[in-house]
Amino acid sequence: MNSLVCIAYVPDTETRIKIAADGKSIDEADVKFIVSPYDEFALEAALRIKEAKGSGTVTVVSVGPERTKTGLRECLARGADEAIWIDATGVPYLDALGTAKALAAAAKGGAYDFYWFGQKAVGPDEGLVGPMFAELAGVPHVASIIKLEVGEGKITAHREIEGAHEVVECSLPAALTAQKGLNEPRYASLKGIMAAKKKTIAEKKLAELGVPEADPAQAKTRWRKLDLPPARQAVKLVPGDDPVAAGKELARLLREEAKVI
Amino acid sequence: MKFLVFIEQRDGKIRKASLEALSLARRLGGGPAAAVIAGKGVTALAKDLAKYGAGTVYVADRDELALYSNKGYVGALDAATKLASPEAVLIAATSMGKDLAPRYAARHDVSVLADVMDLRVEGDRLVGSRPVYSGKARAEVDCGAAKLQIATTRPNVFPAEAQDGASEPKVETLDLGEIAPRAKVVRIEASESRELDVSEADVIVSGGRGIKGPENWPMVRDLQQALHAALGASRAVVDAGWIDHQHQVGQTGKVVSPTLYVAVGISGAIQHLAGMGTSKVIVAINKDGEAPIFKVATYGVVGDLFQIVPEFAKAVRALKHE
Repeated sequence: MNSLVCIAYVPDTETRIKIAADGKSIDEADVKFIVSPYDEFALEAALRIKEAKGSGTVTVVSVGPERTKTGLRECLARGADEAIWIDATGVPYLDALGTAKALAAAAKGGAYDFYWFGQKAVGPDEGLVGPMFAELAGVPHVASIIKLEVGEGKITAHREIEGAHEVVECSLPAALTAQKGLNEPRYASLKGIMAAKKKTIAEKKLAELGVPEADPAQAKTRWRKLDLPPARQAVKLVPGDDPVAAGKELARLLREEAKVI
Repeated sequence: MKFLVFIEQRDGKIRKASLEALSLARRLGGGPAAAVIAGKGVTALAKDLAKYGAGTVYVADRDELALYSNKGYVGALDAATKLASPEAVLIAATSMGKDLAPRYAARHDVSVLADVMDLRVEGDRLVGSRPVYSGKARAEVDCGAAKLQIATTRPNVFPAEAQDGASEPKVETLDLGEIAPRAKVVRIEASESRELDVSEADVIVSGGRGIKGPENWPMVRDLQQALHAALGASRAVVDAGWIDHQHQVGQTGKVVSPTLYVAVGISGAIQHLAGMGTSKVIVAINKDGEAPIFKVATYGVVGDLFQIVPEFAKAVRALKHE
C-alpha cells in the first residue's frame, strides 16, 4: 500500500520566539528547524503499514523554502522511499488553503492509498491542512487518530475527542492525521542516513501548481500582526515550611484575592 | 454582519462551547444570529437556543446523524449556509468543530481563523487574535480575500450569555437527501471514567515529575476533586507512561486557558509554559524555588508537595463547605 506523507518543517519546540522587523512574522535568525512532531507519527505509521504489507512506497512531500529539503532528507533517512519538495522560495506566508491546494496538486495522479498528516503543524497550530486536503482531493478523512487497524480497502481508526474515543470506519483511499499516542517514531539509522544522501528529491515549483493563495492579495487568512503575550505579574510566594498554614493561605488567596474558588 | 453558528450536541445535550460561540455572534452581529444543529432527536433542542442569540435555527434531525460523520454534519452546515447566506460562520473549536470547519471551508474555497481567543468586527471584516507557537506569541489574523469568513472559537474563553425574554426561534428543517459517508463514527468509547477534558475545564490540576511516580496520582486526584477540576499532566510524565496523553498540557499536548491552573511538581519547560501561560490564575507547588514555573505563577509555594497538596485540598474543602 502506498502512502503520501505531507510534512511541515517548523521551528523547534524549544525555540524562544522573537518578532521580526515586519511585526507579523518571527525572526528566523538562530532558529533551528525540525520536522513537526506530529508529522513524525504520520511518517512512522506509513512506514509500519508498508512493512506490515511487505510492499508499497512511502513518499514524503513538503511546501517551503530551500531548508525544507533538510526535513525531507531526514524523512528519507528514517525510511521514506521518495521525496517531493514544493519550492515556495519568495513566498513568505502561505495560508492553510494554499498549502492544501499545493499538496493536492502535487498528489494528483499518484496511486496513494493513504495521505498522512500530523494533526497540526506546531507553530501555526491550526490543524486545518489535512481535512482541507481531503476535501480538495475528494477523499474521506479521519483526524487526530491514536490507533489504526488496516483492513481490505478500509480502516478502523480511533480518534481522540473530549474525554472519550470515537471509533471511525473509513474506506480507502483516505487522509489521516496523526495524534500523539499513535506510535513511537523510530530514529534514523546510520545506514538510512547514508542511503538518504544518495536519493534525489523531486522538485516542483509552487508558482506552477495553480495556487492563487501564493499571492498575498489572494490569501484567505493572513497574519496582520504578531506580538508576545503580556508579561505576567511577579509571583506571590507563600511560605512552604508549615504545610498546614501554606494550604490554608493558598485557599484563602484563591477565594478572597483572586476570587476563583 | 450576518452570522451562522454551528451548534454541537452530544447525547442530546448542547455543548457549552457552542453557546459561547452563539452569544459571541449575537454580540458581534448586534442581534439574533442563525444557528444550525445536526443529530438524531435534536429538534426539541432548538427552542433553548433563542436566549443565547438564535433567531432562526436550521435543524437536521435524522437517524443517520445519531453519531458524527464529517460528511453528514458538514452537509447540514452547508445546507444551512445556502438558506441563511451568512457573511461569517462561527464554530466552537472542539474536536468536532476542528474536524468539520476545515473541510467546510475548503468546500467554499476559503480558510479558517482557527481557535481564536478574541474576535471583533472591523467594517466588513472579522479580526481575530489567536495563539501561535503554542501560545509563545499571539497573531492578529483576518480572512484576507475570503468572501465567507469562518472562525473556530476556543472553548471557555467567550462568555455564554443567556438573555431572558427571548421569544422562540424560527425553526427550519433541512433537507439533506441521502447521507452515505465514507468515514463514519461507529461507536464511542469512554476513556477512563468519562472525565472532564482539560480543554473544556475551568479549573485544571496538573501533575509533573515532582510527584515521583504514578502511585501518587491519588494525592493529586484528591486536590483535583476538591477543586472540581480536570486532571492535567506534563509531557515528562506522559512520556514516562504514568498517564494517558489526553491529559497532556503543552506544545505537543493541549493548549489550555482555564480560570485556575494548579501545577503540582511541574518545573515548567518552555513547551509546558506555552500550553498554559494564558491561564487567568496559576498556582505552582514545587520544591525548587528556581523552577521556571514560578516565573508565570500568580501564587507559589516552595516546599514539599507531598505535605502541602493534601493540606491545600483539605483547606479548599473547608472553605467550600462554609
